[in-house]
Amino acid sequence: MSATALSPPALQAARLILARDLRLAFRRPGELLQPLVFFAIVTTLFPLAITPELSQLRKVAPGVVWVAALLSSLLALEFLYRDDAHDGTLEQYALSGQSLTLLLFAKTASHWLLTGAPLAVMAPLAGMALGAPVASVGGTIASVALGSVALSLLGAIGASLTLGARRSGVLLSILTLPLAIPVLIFGARATELAIAGEDLAAPLYLLGALAVLGITLAPLAAAAAVRISLE
Amino acid sequence: MAWTWFHRLGSPPYVYGLAARLTPWFAWPAAALIAYALYAGLVVAPADYQQGEGYRIIFLHAPSAWMSVMVYTTMAVAAAVGLIWRIKVAHAAAASCAAIGATFTFATLFTGSMWGKPMWGTYWAWDPRVTSELLLLFLYLGYMALRSAFDDVQRADRASAVLAVVGVVNVPIIHYSVIWWNSLHQAPSVMKLGKPTMPPEMYIPMLAMFLGFTLLFGALLLTRLRAEVLNRERTATWIRDVVGT
Repeated sequence: MSATALSPPALQAARLILARDLRLAFRRPGELLQPLVFFAIVTTLFPLAITPELSQLRKVAPGVVWVAALLSSLLALEFLYRDDAHDGTLEQYALSGQSLTLLLFAKTASHWLLTGAPLAVMAPLAGMALGAPVASVGGTIASVALGSVALSLLGAIGASLTLGARRSGVLLSILTLPLAIPVLIFGARATELAIAGEDLAAPLYLLGALAVLGITLAPLAAAAAVRISLE
Repeated sequence: MAWTWFHRLGSPPYVYGLAARLTPWFAWPAAALIAYALYAGLVVAPADYQQGEGYRIIFLHAPSAWMSVMVYTTMAVAAAVGLIWRIKVAHAAAASCAAIGATFTFATLFTGSMWGKPMWGTYWAWDPRVTSELLLLFLYLGYMALRSAFDDVQRADRASAVLAVVGVVNVPIIHYSVIWWNSLHQAPSVMKLGKPTMPPEMYIPMLAMFLGFTLLFGALLLTRLRAEVLNRERTATWIRDVVGT
């Protein structure tokens, strides 16, 4: 980022994009609910496929919650650029003279507020439906909230790379899922410790580290990928 | 003046000719080293006191595992060079790496699985190193899938280059996060500082195989690079002089 990247006009542009994306999303609340409904359905599949026995479900609950969260955050990535790429808004961002990195970071932040944050609120409900104790709610929210920051940022790279590619839906999953494995491992571990009532600081710190690394590097890679797709 | 050698590497006809001249210098030593290592490793080296004859698959398994990571790094470096200096030949080299690397990764998983059955009693175990190798295979497949999703070669080049660079930042993170689990894989016995835990009759063929595989990769890469350059430059006039029509 150049020295002017964080100048007042650039920050203002980023803030305006954040506000615009939130306003546009709330005009179609139905679309906002889709990833959450998907999350609930995937979670429901596991008791039906494994066993309704809560004592057994409790053992797989962290994994189920995290796989469902990973899949629905992947599904939600479709909303990140789709409309802006179609109507040329993304092109205007690239031509605006402001740092595209910062603008895409603002877009990703609004995307996380619209998909990651609600997911973090939903996750403990799914966990409790699978036999997790009430005491695990805080830990589950914290782990999914931190983890979904990293997932949104990784997903932004994948979505930027697949802009204008054929079969972009499947491709996006193939590109993003292997990169998301560390988030899955630490996230599921943190949720597991929360359900067991133990100290979950260590995996939470690691999730936080992944989120910080994502905030630092992912917008740069996403901006490079968007520029390539606009050439 | 001193940089002319570097600038010439950007020219497809020059690289095509250079690759053709260099290939035998990689291919023949590779063939000799691999032939020696196969004989010395499979016939001459003594059987392991614990694992018997079965351990001999390590002579293919460990060098393949080394190559799977080495090729990925080479691919990412070539992709970064192509991205930064906009050198088309570097992108062609990165594209040529992917299939070779994926093959080495698959060979690692396959030989490991064959080895796992007699030693661990199972073809597959969710052991950290097995899992990170599998994820590396997925990264290669993702890279190839992204390339094939674009009709325009230049866009495919640059998008997949970004992915390769992102991937190479992530490979260590994936590796160490996967180590979070407990390992039942035996501790590394070759890539270790200090004295190797193997006797020289095993150690020397192993080193020969590592070197042989690395040279084999060089020969395969140069050959694929020539094919890739020919394909990309198929409308250029210099091709006529090379092909002779």
